[in-house]
Amino acid sequence: MPDSDVLSASVSTLQRMLSARTISSEELVNTYLGQIEAENEALNAVITLCREQALTDARAADHILSRGEGNPLTGIPLLHKDIFCTQGVRTTCGSHMLETFEPAYDATVVAKLKAAGTVTLGKCNMDEFAMGSSNETSYFGAVKNPWDLNCVPGGSSGGSAAALAAGFAPLVTGTDTGGSIRQPASLCGITGLKPTYGRVSRLGIIAFASSLDQAGPMARSAEDCAHMLTAMSGIDAGDSTSADRAVPDFAAALNGEIEGLRIGIPREYFNEALNPDVQERIMAALSLLEKAGARLIDIDLPHTHYAIATYYVIAPAEASANLARYDGVRFGHRCDAPIDLEDLYLRSRSEGFGEEVQRRILVGTYALSSGFYDAYFNKAQQVRRIIAEDFHRAFETVDVIAGPSAPNVAFQRGAKQQDPVAMYMEDIYTLAVNLAGLPGLSTPAGLINGMPVGLQLIGKAFDETTILNTAHRLQQDTDWHTIRPNFGAFQS
Amino acid sequence: MSVTPEDIEKVALLARLSISESELPEVTERFSKVLDLVDELNTINTDGVVPMSNPHDMTQRLRADTVTSHNAREALMASAPAQDSGYFLVPKVID
Repeated sequence: MPDSDVLSASVSTLQRMLSARTISSEELVNTYLGQIEAENEALNAVITLCREQALTDARAADHILSRGEGNPLTGIPLLHKDIFCTQGVRTTCGSHMLETFEPAYDATVVAKLKAAGTVTLGKCNMDEFAMGSSNETSYFGAVKNPWDLNCVPGGSSGGSAAALAAGFAPLVTGTDTGGSIRQPASLCGITGLKPTYGRVSRLGIIAFASSLDQAGPMARSAEDCAHMLTAMSGIDAGDSTSADRAVPDFAAALNGEIEGLRIGIPREYFNEALNPDVQERIMAALSLLEKAGARLIDIDLPHTHYAIATYYVIAPAEASANLARYDGVRFGHRCDAPIDLEDLYLRSRSEGFGEEVQRRILVGTYALSSGFYDAYFNKAQQVRRIIAEDFHRAFETVDVIAGPSAPNVAFQRGAKQQDPVAMYMEDIYTLAVNLAGLPGLSTPAGLINGMPVGLQLIGKAFDETTILNTAHRLQQDTDWHTIRPNFGAFQS
Repeated sequence: MSVTPEDIEKVALLARLSISESELPEVTERFSKVLDLVDELNTINTDGVVPMSNPHDMTQRLRADTVTSHNAREALMASAPAQDSGYFLVPKVID
């Protein structure tokens, strides 16, 4: 099989080849590492490589496979977003603050994926502390979109999305606090799933906004995401917000059968913010689902408009509390020659954090400060409930809610950097899903002038199966998820 | 509601961030834009709505009071930028 076919193969194809011993995990790892080494300079998607450990782990996986053992992910290479703690491997969160930080333990997600047999190739670039929608806020430089190197890949899991789209790995991890898996998945033409809040343990994920953060899979297909989600999920004694719910075999549940499925189309998502070409692609995808037996039902999510304001109080408030730990004392950046404790805090933090992170800490501190707590934080938490109730009401009459993942295709680097509010609008369709704690995924819905569009599918709490199955059906009926960017090994 | 550079300086101190005089006008302007955005919350009636801090209204789980992890002091201290004899070092606090 030529390299370009291996680099674009699905996990199930790779697993068949590994089981049949027509390729070894070591060969796979070498192929992907070679691709990263050849092409990453153009993308800046990967910021740490684990070559030696990856080859050691691959050989161990090959040993298991040679005995005819293993599971669907044994020997499959993957990349982690650099927000997941990896023992002994630097974990930067895209920040100067953590430039040299080497965690003493693995995140639960990392440990679970390792236990499932995956092989970690390295760590992906990201917006600093996961705050951004364009991957331009990373201390390690902007990530480029393999579909157009002048465009952003989305964010904050933009390094992960770009790496996957470029064939650097068949699976990548992401995290999603307000759209950080779904929006870059949309802009890079891949499948990405944000699970229900609590489905996946947050232990060892560098905290941004703790009531919103979730980790999830990003892959070439809904089926690949399903395999990965099964391995990542489950209650964890180390995360008291992880949910005590049985974890189904998500991949086994995919049958593509959507006869009678009720898909709600929120009127509020098709507003003036939506690019008309994106709207057309979304409607085309929805009509295919209708042909496959689904019923499209107009619904209302009347408080959609308030999601951005609500999010930009709650997320910064939680971030300001979470990021208080960076004090220049226990870990992270420390300024040179502090004259006193105050100076140590002020300079370590101001030098260590970038502009967007500092802005959100300021907003959050303001919203939590005496005299403003009720007007901002408490109020936002009340509106959060109203937004969540919109979804609960809608799910009384529909099984899935569908709409765009992002209002536009990928935009040019620098286009929105000067205006934080314009950047925040990128997440207009994804934020509310985090506020309500629901699962959401983005699946490719074709191209506009060569740039990918994503269809967002939102599910009931803990019903990732239905949105995965809906995406799976669309991926059986179209080839949108198999279109590759004209980049690197995929260049024609 | 707009904020003044003095407001920003006060919040920055609370957040232990230092903002230089030259950056202050731009930081204030961009901060104000975000505040204008979130001020939309004031247009919605929330009388009697219980604030939502967890999307599933979960409460904290209790666990048995037993030792669950080993002492990893050395591994954790290894990340400290300044230390001595197992202690974190900070500038002199008490004269």
